[in-house]
Amino acid sequence: MSDKNVMVFIEYNNGKIADVSLELICEAKKLASKLGSAVTAVAIGDKIATSLPLLGYHGCSKVFLYEDKRLANFTSVPYAKIVVETIKKYNPYIVLFGATTNGRDVAPRVASELKCGLTADCTDLQIGEHDIKDKVYKDILLQIRPAFGGNIIATIVSPESIPSMATVREGVMKISPPNMELTIEIVKEEHQLSADDFMSEVLEIVRKERSVNLKGAAIVVSAGMGAADEDSFALVKELAKTVGGVVGASRPFVDSGRLERDHQVGQTGTTVRPNLYIACGISGQIQHRAGMAESKRIIAINSDPNAPIFGIAHYGIVGDIKEIIPRMIKAYKNKL
Amino acid sequence: MGLNMIVTVKQVPDTHDVASDAMKPDGTVNRAALPTIFNPEDLNALEEALKIKDRVGGKITVITMGPPKAVDVLRDCLFRGADDVVLISDRKFAGADTLATSYALKCAVEKIGKYDIVLCGRQAIDGDTAQVGPQLAEKLGINQITCVTAVKELSDSFITAQRAVDGGHEIVKSKFPVLLTVTAEANEPRSPSAKKVMMYKNIDKKTTDESYDETYMTAGDNAALTFIKEWNVDSIKADPEQCGLSGSPTKVKKIQSVVLTASNTKQIQNNEQSIAALINELRAEHILG
Ligand SMILES: Cc1cc2nc3c(=O)[nH]c(=O)nc-3n(C[C@H](O)[C@H](O)[C@H](O)COP(=O)(O)OP(=O)(O)OC[C@H]3O[C@@H](n4cnc5c(N)ncnc54)[C@H](O)[C@@H]3O)c2cc1C
Repeated sequence: MSDKNVMVFIEYNNGKIADVSLELICEAKKLASKLGSAVTAVAIGDKIATSLPLLGYHGCSKVFLYEDKRLANFTSVPYAKIVVETIKKYNPYIVLFGATTNGRDVAPRVASELKCGLTADCTDLQIGEHDIKDKVYKDILLQIRPAFGGNIIATIVSPESIPSMATVREGVMKISPPNMELTIEIVKEEHQLSADDFMSEVLEIVRKERSVNLKGAAIVVSAGMGAADEDSFALVKELAKTVGGVVGASRPFVDSGRLERDHQVGQTGTTVRPNLYIACGISGQIQHRAGMAESKRIIAINSDPNAPIFGIAHYGIVGDIKEIIPRMIKAYKNKL
Repeated sequence: MGLNMIVTVKQVPDTHDVASDAMKPDGTVNRAALPTIFNPEDLNALEEALKIKDRVGGKITVITMGPPKAVDVLRDCLFRGADDVVLISDRKFAGADTLATSYALKCAVEKIGKYDIVLCGRQAIDGDTAQVGPQLAEKLGINQITCVTAVKELSDSFITAQRAVDGGHEIVKSKFPVLLTVTAEANEPRSPSAKKVMMYKNIDKKTTDESYDETYMTAGDNAALTFIKEWNVDSIKADPEQCGLSGSPTKVKKIQSVVLTASNTKQIQNNEQSIAALINELRAEHILG
């Protein structure tokens, strides 16, 4: 075993380990197996110990646990200081955070204090090498992310500062099935915080249930501005219902107020990888494609034969939504 | 009561409409082909500072780090009501990643000295990292509230703000000094004032390394600026090793422009038979139930 461990910052959502943290554990497992090392985690909260075996089922071998009543809610300074303490004590080689609001709040503070590199909102991670002048750095983390409004994909490295740190976009990494036979070592830690470190007081937390679970859906039927009139939108919803899918949308469609933000697919929305993605009246700009290009099958319906969405679609139907969708619904129902 | 506020802003290439001529053949971005704009969420940060000033009084100093041309955004800040503006510019800052940027900003903020609130835009549209705000807060050793969507309560020693979190929001209270990162949801930035445009349209920058004059913090509003301060590595007492490329642990290994992955698109005719055949094909493959 090498000592190039991969550490994951664990986040909680309504008392449950957030999906993104499990995604990261699974991704960390892949990286660790390339490095011949292990996956560790840092979990911060109050009365969270019973949630931790789940991390083990997904391949995390050791978790550093900090429990304190004052840590029940996320606050920037205490959480950042604890992560820094843990990194200094255990020297991980790579540290991963979810690119969530809180992950992106805490990770930069940690990187700043440790003076190490941090790449935001990665969509892919690899192990590879990099050379600077005559020196070759082997087995380093390649941090891959869209930049410049999604128009370019950049590969970032930080070979001279250890650990390499990245925040990783939610929904991009896959959760592999749990293995209930795997166990995890829970290491209880004492933090070194003083009363002065608790600088924020969380007065109220409001979390709505998501209005749709795009990430978990096998079929997503999405509406774009080409489906913006009432009849077309009704057809999109009917198609989704008929085939047992959920409704997604492009950003301008969401901006127009007919669906909540949870329905937005794309760079600034949710990343989906369903078995089937049906794009109805979506032009397929890069920021939209970033959130759905990895769907197993893509059907594009668009009246413009030159719409960029056809460039990534497996099946293209050129024409009006109002003709095409009723034909699809009819064909589907005919067979039942 | 009067609060002292520092706002950080950035001039950015407009990434909303990147036409293909903005990409060089090697896949890198031809920044020169893109118009520059005031980073949108930095305008929200400035607006939030102006709103706080409207509510409880105070002074607003705006800092930007960038090339000489970045004075444009500082002038814009004066048009909208900022009290003082500072350009930090030096070749030694070039190539800075977020760590080196936050270090330079920290040195400038410390030169200004007195502040209750630092406001940053949540993120800049050229990098979308959202890292500089929290890193600046850490370097200053102060608290932070990120993704602020509304300022609720204000007193002379603390602030209560609403921040967006995944799937909802929370209300957080913090003592001063504190750094806020402000989102587009927080407000609608005001327009430049015609009077201030007249006053400042020709104002230009001047290199100065005198210590920052804190008395302006208490001077009357009518004390108009005569020039835009320009500071460099020496005047903010920054360690050149921690600036620019040499202070940046992250390196860009590779840049690829995003090209459509040319998949084999199967054209389906828009008629009943072809569409039914497609549906049946997907059924046979268990893509459709
Ligand atoms: C920083 C940034 C982040 C962004 N993030 C996202 C994001 O997360 N998600 C996202 O979706 N967008 C995002 N965008 C916006 C993105 O660039 C596009 O503007 C958007 O995806 C376009 O939406 P659309 O395809 O619905 O609308 P349009 O581009 O207006 O396309 C409408 C399409 O419908 C077709 N059409 C019209 N009528 C019909 C009809 N009757 N039948 C069939 N077809 C018809 C038209 O031919 C056209 O192709 C982002 C932009 C930026 C700058």
